[in-house]
Amino acid sequence: MNYVELLSAAAPETMVVLAAFAVLAVGLFAMRDVEPAIRRLIEVMIGCVGCTAAIGWMVALPQHTDLLGGIFVVDSVIQVVKIALLTLTILALLISQDSDFTKHVGEYFALILMAAAGMMFLVSSEDILFIFVSLELTSLCLYVLAAFNKGQEQSAEAAIKYFLFGGMSAAFTLFGLSLLYGLAHSTNLAEIAVAVRSAGLDPLVVLGIVMTLVGFGFKVAAAPFHLWAPDVYQGAPLPSAAFIASGSKVAGFFITARVVSTGFAGQLPNQALPAGWPVWASLLAILAAVSMVLGNFAAIVQTRVRRLLAYSAIAHAGYMLLGVIAQGTPATASLVYYVITYALTTLGAFGVVAIVQQQTGDDRLTDFAGLARRSPGLAVCMMVFILSLAGIPPLAGFFGKFYIFSAVLQGSAPGMKALWLVAMAVALSAVSLYYYLQVLKQIFVVPASAEKEIHFRTPLLQQVVLAVVALTVIVLGCAPEWLIHRLTGVTAVAGL
Amino acid sequence: MLPKDEPRLVRGFALVTALAGLACAFCGTLRFHPGAIATVARTRWIPSLGIEYYLAVDGISLTLLLLTGLAAVAGILFSWNIETRTNEFFAFYLSLIGGVYGVFLSFDVFLLFVFYEIAIIPKYFIIAIWGSTRREYGAMKLALYSFAGSAMVLVGLIAAFVLSGAKSMSLLELAKFPFPHSFQLWAFPLVFVGFGILAGLWPFHTWAPTGHVAAPTAASMLLAGVVMKLGAYGCLRVAMTLFPQGLDPWGWTVLGLGSWRDVLSLLAVIGIVYGATVALVQRDFKFVIGYSSVSHMGFVLLGLMTLNPFGLMGSVLQMFSHGVIAGLLFAVVGRMVYDRTHTRELAQLEGMSLNTALPFAAATFTLASIASMGLPGFSGFVAELQVLVGAWHAYPALSILTGVGVLIGIAYSLRALLKAFFSDQPASDQTVPNSGLQHLELSPISTPERIGATILVLASLLIGLYPRLLLDLIGPSFGSPLFDGLRKCVGSSWS
Repeated sequence: MNYVELLSAAAPETMVVLAAFAVLAVGLFAMRDVEPAIRRLIEVMIGCVGCTAAIGWMVALPQHTDLLGGIFVVDSVIQVVKIALLTLTILALLISQDSDFTKHVGEYFALILMAAAGMMFLVSSEDILFIFVSLELTSLCLYVLAAFNKGQEQSAEAAIKYFLFGGMSAAFTLFGLSLLYGLAHSTNLAEIAVAVRSAGLDPLVVLGIVMTLVGFGFKVAAAPFHLWAPDVYQGAPLPSAAFIASGSKVAGFFITARVVSTGFAGQLPNQALPAGWPVWASLLAILAAVSMVLGNFAAIVQTRVRRLLAYSAIAHAGYMLLGVIAQGTPATASLVYYVITYALTTLGAFGVVAIVQQQTGDDRLTDFAGLARRSPGLAVCMMVFILSLAGIPPLAGFFGKFYIFSAVLQGSAPGMKALWLVAMAVALSAVSLYYYLQVLKQIFVVPASAEKEIHFRTPLLQQVVLAVVALTVIVLGCAPEWLIHRLTGVTAVAGL
Repeated sequence: MLPKDEPRLVRGFALVTALAGLACAFCGTLRFHPGAIATVARTRWIPSLGIEYYLAVDGISLTLLLLTGLAAVAGILFSWNIETRTNEFFAFYLSLIGGVYGVFLSFDVFLLFVFYEIAIIPKYFIIAIWGSTRREYGAMKLALYSFAGSAMVLVGLIAAFVLSGAKSMSLLELAKFPFPHSFQLWAFPLVFVGFGILAGLWPFHTWAPTGHVAAPTAASMLLAGVVMKLGAYGCLRVAMTLFPQGLDPWGWTVLGLGSWRDVLSLLAVIGIVYGATVALVQRDFKFVIGYSSVSHMGFVLLGLMTLNPFGLMGSVLQMFSHGVIAGLLFAVVGRMVYDRTHTRELAQLEGMSLNTALPFAAATFTLASIASMGLPGFSGFVAELQVLVGAWHAYPALSILTGVGVLIGIAYSLRALLKAFFSDQPASDQTVPNSGLQHLELSPISTPERIGATILVLASLLIGLYPRLLLDLIGPSFGSPLFDGLRKCVGSSWS
């Protein structure tokens, strides 16, 4: 290996980091006296250019490399995930272009880009040490992003909560990973898989696996490790929350699936457990079930849209964990499809919330009343996002659900061991329609309250971005073949 | 797209669209060879999962397409007076109609399900925005019941899809696949009840009366007329064709019930009698019709469970007949009476001598009640007779109970008719506080209403006098390969 090789493999990450530096530098030196709005615009543009260049690099030069024995791996499925991450980053930058909660715009945008780079490193590693380091790189950026609104107590509270829980989960992960390392004498996932297979049901292996998964459970906000999520979604500055809800989900789920399928999947089924599942699958099944139940039922009583989205995210984490449980190419492809479309939809929903919150001052359900009259375009976008989250066809969310559930059943054939999980997921998604309709009811049915007759101003850029995202959600739902075909192709090649 | 301040243009556009739909259905019927399955469109949609965009028709779907066309046109004519947010109303209305057409046309189960769910959301908004009594409650209840039903269906469908090897979702392919017997035994009730919820299957019918009452006239017409048929159609087209062995006896009996078929027939008959009885004591005019819908849909489900050609044909015919008649009844109650008098309390209507104030409404309602009672000459008679004959072969005891239900049906129809339109009692001020209303000038029945009502009356009359028009369309369809499995299961009693 030489440095040129390394640089060409890690070029997209390098570009994003360079863009982050450029943003910082511009903010620090060139434009100290420029008006904040223009500064924001220019810095967002620099960030977008960096991300676009990285995407362009990956599209133009598909690579398959494995550097240093799994420390840095690039293959087509990883590139697809990275492209998705960068797209989400661009969208997050664009929707935060109008937010004026801080003077330190340069640092803010640089942190978003750094976090994106961390996520990209995270998804392209098969080495537990490197996975842990990139996880921390991402997390530290996200903690700071959550705390960035210094004028608000909520933001600080959210960040502290996020940080404490995140730190604890990192401890869990590290503990689990160290046990696995002790067992396998290697940090490479493939070698850990061999050790796990031969160790059978050694309590230390079980402990290692359980601890690792608990740590990842924190990251993807699966119940009962979800406690940070509602506060962060609520309290963090909106663009940060949107980015945490979308980008970090994609990276988190992909790396969980990767660690499980490459590292743990060889573990023998435990006869003592019901359904004859291996330890990791049983644990994930419990996490999934608890997340679906808790997320959906807790969302019903929420009165704020961001909190509602947080609990809905917990429920969706439950659905996505099903995709992790079911091993095999279709399952991984369906998981990636689901998490990408979910992230896009959530980001869009946060975009709408951002505009409404800016105009009405809050994100209570009642603040959305009469949105259909005030801003029909925004209302239609929100309807698309919400219905997609609820899983109504012909939107992407519906197809994602169908795809992941059928893949899960396929994975658990011939006995359909996972049927109860799928049945539960479908039944609970019927429950979820109730709270999603509550949002739409405010938007379309309830008239705007008379005392708050606000002149509703929707910034053009955001409006266009949201319209594009909504259109993508519709297109991905109506014509999912395009993405699925690619995903099944690349996951089959990657052997996931 | 259309200008906001021009409700007439919007209405006109909606009407033209609906008429075009009806015309397509009509032409399709004329060119259709009975017994065949005519493909309308078939392209690959999601080849990775074997899902196709496959639209086709057979006699059963054509009948229901005609019904949808009629109901859609009539519904638009009866919502001519919608003045608030006209654009949105007709946008939701047309997307509902689109979903309904899609369900009746789909021969790919996945596509059918997609259209089925597309139809749910517009219903919610139409009721919640333009409805009346407890509209948000009614709308939410309706949406949740429908979605819960479709969740049950989805579980069954995904399981079937995976079991059959995840290669195709085409109805024809799946119907050929031999699903394991034990699987069919649980998948059948799951999918049947899932669809049955929307068909008003007792005891899951409770969304129907509240939803109907809360909905604006056009929506109640569509709900009772077409949407409830979506459920019954799904029962027939998906549950019964894919999992026919689910109807087999379990091999043991509980309370005399030995199979899902027994259970569902019993539920259908309970629905008939219960709906009719409850309708008999309602004070709200619209609730009478709402419960009568539950009762009439019981006939459809009972017909399906007879599993003989008589019952099945009667069942499909009843779908058409009830669609037309219920549409008419809701039109009279919601549009002609309620929009003018602003009350639906039978006790208050009693004092208004509406037969002189609104002679056209009175005449229409009389005809519709006669049709609904099942008097010869109207479609209801033929359909219910067929179902009863079919039921007599399959379940003699239950068909006697059904006969009782028919009698109660006559009773509540007459009661509502007499109370609302032909009451001679002058209202006494103690019982009816608002009796002053009777002196109000009631605006005369408008032309669109007249046209709409005439279309529906004629349709019912035509089928009542010459049922072969539709029976020739429906009958041969049960001979198509789709129903092979069902015929094989039933065996000898299929004559």
